[in-house]
Amino acid sequence: MTTTTDRPVSPPERRRISPAEPWPGPWRRFDIVKEFVIATVVVALLTVLLAAVFSSPDEKPITLQAWAKADPNDFVATAVSELDGQSGTATYGPPYNNTPDAGQKLGPVPLQRWGGVRAPVDTANDFVLGPLRAVPNDPALSAALSTYSAATADQQAKWASDYGDALANAPDGDPAKVAQGDYGPVPTLSRRLLDLAQSGGLDGALTTQGGQFYASDFTKPLLFLADGSYLEDQARAQHLGGDQWGMMNETGNYPGQAWLWLYTFWYQIKPFSTSDNADALVWGLMALLTLLLALLPFIPGLRSIPRLIPVHRLIWRDYYHRQTRT
Amino acid sequence: MTDRVEDAYGAGNWTGALRRRAVKALPPEQLLPDRQPAYVSSWIYVFGALSLAALVWALVSGTWLALAGAAWWHTSTVGHFVNSLHLWSVELFFFFMVIHLWGQFFMASWRGRRALTWITGVVAFVGSIATAFTGYLVQQNFDSQWIATQAKDGLNSVGVGAWFNVLNTGQMLLWHVMLLPLVLGVLVVLHVLLVRVRGVVPPLDAPAGEVPPTEAAQ
Repeated sequence: MTTTTDRPVSPPERRRISPAEPWPGPWRRFDIVKEFVIATVVVALLTVLLAAVFSSPDEKPITLQAWAKADPNDFVATAVSELDGQSGTATYGPPYNNTPDAGQKLGPVPLQRWGGVRAPVDTANDFVLGPLRAVPNDPALSAALSTYSAATADQQAKWASDYGDALANAPDGDPAKVAQGDYGPVPTLSRRLLDLAQSGGLDGALTTQGGQFYASDFTKPLLFLADGSYLEDQARAQHLGGDQWGMMNETGNYPGQAWLWLYTFWYQIKPFSTSDNADALVWGLMALLTLLLALLPFIPGLRSIPRLIPVHRLIWRDYYHRQTRT
Repeated sequence: MTDRVEDAYGAGNWTGALRRRAVKALPPEQLLPDRQPAYVSSWIYVFGALSLAALVWALVSGTWLALAGAAWWHTSTVGHFVNSLHLWSVELFFFFMVIHLWGQFFMASWRGRRALTWITGVVAFVGSIATAFTGYLVQQNFDSQWIATQAKDGLNSVGVGAWFNVLNTGQMLLWHVMLLPLVLGVLVVLHVLLVRVRGVVPPLDAPAGEVPPTEAAQ
C-alpha cells in the first residue's frame, strides 16, 4: 500500500495526518476471528489452571448462633446496647433511624440525611423484644417483658444503661460477674435472648419478621452481627480490617478485589483516616476522579500526558523506527 | 428471484432502509476486518481481545452457577470448582482490562473522534467493578458478610444505601446476575462496535509522509 516517490518529501512540507482520517499508510494482513479464538482458548486454559491450582475461598458465614456460643459476653453486651439505644445501628441515622445529628456530610452537604429513613430499624423491638415476644411457654420471660413494657421510657433506658455500664465493668464482661444493682428485667431479657440465639432461633426470627416465609433480606441480622465485636475480631484476624486495606481483600491468600486499591488507599491516609465523614469524602473524591478519567479527552493538560511520557514510542517503536529510516 | 431479493431491500421499504443504514454505519469489512494498519504491531493490542475472552468465560461460568442455584457451590465439589473458574476468569478479566486501559491511555486513544470509544470503555470498567462487587456480596459466606457490613457505610454516606442495599442479598443477587451484566453487556458491545467503526488510533504525530503524493498534495 505504501507509495514511494523519487523525490523524498522534505520535513517542512510534511503535515501531520488527522487521527480521524482513514489510515493512508501501509497495512498488514489480520484475521480478527482467529485472534479472538486464540484469546478465548488461552484464557480458558489459564482460568482452568488457576482454578485447579488455587481454588477459591469459602469461609463459612457466622450465624448468630455461632456468635452467641463462641462469645456470649459480647453477644449480651451487644443485645443490651440495642435495648438502650447505644449500639452502632441505634445511633446510625439514615437510612435506619432519625438519630439527631447522625449522618455523614460531603462538605456542607448532608447527603446521608437527604437519603431519608428508608429502611427503618428499631433496634430494641426488632433485635430484642420482638424475637423474645415470640418465645412460648416461658412465664419468667413473659413477666420480664410485661415489666419492661409497663415502665416509662426513661426507666427502660436507665435499666438498660446501668446494666450496660455494669457489664462493661465486669471481669471479661461476664454477665454472671456484674455488680449488684437495679437493672429491672434487663438481665432476664438479655439472658433469654442469649438462650434463643444459642438455640438457633434468633437467626430465623430476624429474617422472617413480618410473617415472611421466604428470606432474602439479611439487613437486620447483619446489622445486629456488625454491632458486636465478634465479627470484626474474626475479620481482623484475617487481615480484613478497614485500616488493613480490608475492603479489597478476602479471606485466605487470594487477590480479592485488587482493582479497588485506590478506593481503599484513601481510607489509609489523613484526612480520611481520621474524619467522621470519611466515607462521604472518599466517595466524593472517587466520583470526581472517575469523572475526570471518563472526560479525559476533553481536559487540556491531562489529555497531553501521553505526549509527555513517551510510552507510545515503545508501543509503536516499529512504526517510529521505519519513520526515522525514511 | 433476483427481483424478489431486490424488493426485500427496496427503496420504499423501511426495513430495507434500516438495513442499508446499518450496513453503511457498520460495514462488514470493518466489523470483521482481514487487514489492519501496519502500526498495529504491539503486544498491547492483544489485551483488548484477552479482556473480551475473559469476560466470555466469566459469563459462561457465572451462567453455570446461576443454573445450579445460589448455594450449590457451597455443597458440591463440582460447584466449588465452577466457582473457582468464575473467580479466576474475573481476576483475569480485570488484569487484562487494566493493562488495556493503561495502554490506550498512553496511546491517547481518544484522538480522532474516538472520545466516545474512550468514555464507553471507562464506564464499562466502572460497571465491571460494580458487577464484581455485587458478586462478592452474594457468595453467602464470611466474605459476603464482612464486605456487606463494611460497604454499607459508603453507600449510606451518599444517601443511596436504601435503594442499593448491600445487606439485602436477594436484591444484590438480582443486580449481579441480571441488571449489571445487561448494562455491562450493552456497554461492551457499544465499545467494541465503536472501535471497529472508528478504527485503531494512529501513532502520535504520524506525519503525512506515509500519504501517497497525490493525496498529500490535496
